[in-house]
Amino acid sequence: MADETLSLKKAFSGHGGFGVDETTMAAMVTKWRKQPDQKSRFRSDFSGFFTKIGSIEKCEDDYLLRLKTEFSRFKNIMVLWLMHPWERDARWMHHVMHKSYPFTVIVEIACTRTSEELLGAKRAYQALFNHSVEEDVAYHIKESYSKLLVGLVSSFRYEGPQVDNDMAKWEAKALGNVIKSSGSGKLIQNEEVIRILTTRSKRHLKATFKHYKELHGKPIEEDLGANLCLQETVKCIDKPAKYFSEAINIAFKEGADKPSKLSLTRVIISRADVDMEEIKETYHKQFGVKLEDMITKNTHGHYKDTLLTLIGK
Amino acid sequence: MATLSIPNPVPSAIEDAEKLRKAFQGWGTDEKAMIAVLAHRDAAQRKQIKIAYEEQYKEKLLKRIESEISGHFERAVYRWIFDPVERQAIMANIAIKNKVVDFPVIIEIACINSSNELLSVKQVYQSLYKHSMEEDVASHATGDFRKLLFALVGTYRYDGEEINTELAKTEAKILNDAITKGEYNSDEIIRILSTRSKAQLQATFNCYKDAHNLSITKALSTKTPNDFVIALRAAIRCRTTPTKYFEKVLRNILQKSGMDEDALTRVIVMHAEKDLKEIKELFQTRANMTLEQAVAKKTSGDYENFLLALIGN
Repeated sequence: MADETLSLKKAFSGHGGFGVDETTMAAMVTKWRKQPDQKSRFRSDFSGFFTKIGSIEKCEDDYLLRLKTEFSRFKNIMVLWLMHPWERDARWMHHVMHKSYPFTVIVEIACTRTSEELLGAKRAYQALFNHSVEEDVAYHIKESYSKLLVGLVSSFRYEGPQVDNDMAKWEAKALGNVIKSSGSGKLIQNEEVIRILTTRSKRHLKATFKHYKELHGKPIEEDLGANLCLQETVKCIDKPAKYFSEAINIAFKEGADKPSKLSLTRVIISRADVDMEEIKETYHKQFGVKLEDMITKNTHGHYKDTLLTLIGK
Repeated sequence: MATLSIPNPVPSAIEDAEKLRKAFQGWGTDEKAMIAVLAHRDAAQRKQIKIAYEEQYKEKLLKRIESEISGHFERAVYRWIFDPVERQAIMANIAIKNKVVDFPVIIEIACINSSNELLSVKQVYQSLYKHSMEEDVASHATGDFRKLLFALVGTYRYDGEEINTELAKTEAKILNDAITKGEYNSDEIIRILSTRSKAQLQATFNCYKDAHNLSITKALSTKTPNDFVIALRAAIRCRTTPTKYFEKVLRNILQKSGMDEDALTRVIVMHAEKDLKEIKELFQTRANMTLEQAVAKKTSGDYENFLLALIGN
């Protein structure tokens, strides 16, 4: 009985981990059929989730909300899975305008999608919301990183093989000079930094970052200060697998907030058909544990099964 | 509507290629024959002629033309031969690589095309020059011009008809605040001008005029001609009243002293198969002479004949 209670508690907890164990729940309904006392005992045993007002039993509001979130993880991932990738990206970007998602989602989408994919997302955005994503970002987001964000989301980068190596070297030097002379707060609004990061092709930027490291003895990320927007931009352009692997890791951390946990669904859904193998390898190398083991341990039910299938277990 | 006139029935591409070959042979060039063919074919037909000529005579038509004719006539024919999308990509590149970026050309291309037309120009630009148009504009223009041109070129604008009247009022006020402070290069002016849809922008300017009894372009007039303000006004006009804008450009070229053949060529060549008819009609009411008369007055020789053929003589 104790075991059953424990597994039911775990199934119903909506706590730590992700998702709910639908199978265990359904099994318990069968097992405890016509046994209201079992349920009553379970409720009084399950402190923190059920309480009493006088003699009336009630669920903790907090718990109900958490449970709702965890139940809907499977629904969300299924809806997203069926959706066209452009619509997905458009909706995720729209969430940022209304502050329910952090701005880093825009950096992620603008920098890790191909030019065609980003264009598609922009078209979907227009069809869904009757505004261009550029006008919404420029209008709704008034932070120090706004200019960079508008530039990133406007980009329609060249994707061909040609790279002007001399220009890449020159721009690596130029970036070094700007970094040296700017205060780290000013860096994010610097015209040259924004120009280079938002207009150059990804191949060109990778070459630029490589030259930067050779010139200054350290990767550019180390010189960007605590500038989250700049850091994420460089990472997404230069080493997207690393960026995604780290986003997954943050989602699994103890005490991760709601948007961080949402990243798990977003990353796996959006990368499943793109570079999931590379992300898995990077994750394993970086954190010493296999992604599928992490998922198996920390997620439940149909949500877990879906994630495991998507990462190609 | 186009002013381009095509004979009915139109000769086959092979016949046209033969006519051109005949025009090139022997001493000198039969320019009239060249004009009779090239100035009276649409983009698709010109393309077929290029292909037929090359197949038949094993040399590139453009190269031959460049060696046969010269000066303003040659420049006009060269620009005319391409289809509108490729032409604009080429002209944008020429404008960007100029010693000082030729901003009216970039503004025109960025502002009179629909979002998808501009996108096509950018795609062709990438395939021709192995850079994105945005990165070239950003790396060649400087200061306020860079901000403005990059924003105008880089935004994939929403082209729908919806208008938000409250927003129009708010943004008219924002524009007024910036203008009264003389902050013509304000980020807000650039944001509104470059990201809002044509319909929304027009509504905003209407609110501005209602509130201040002055059109926004008049409000932006300064006593001392300031290139940046000229650029702003051009952008405003191109985004909202392009016919009037081009009519004014033509009138300035043809009725003031001195002569800017490149600008004249640009307007005629870029609009002959688009909307030169409306521009012509407006010109006539404003200049008290027909466009043909004005062009004949200020140009001569083959260049004049070519332009007149395009204008619809």
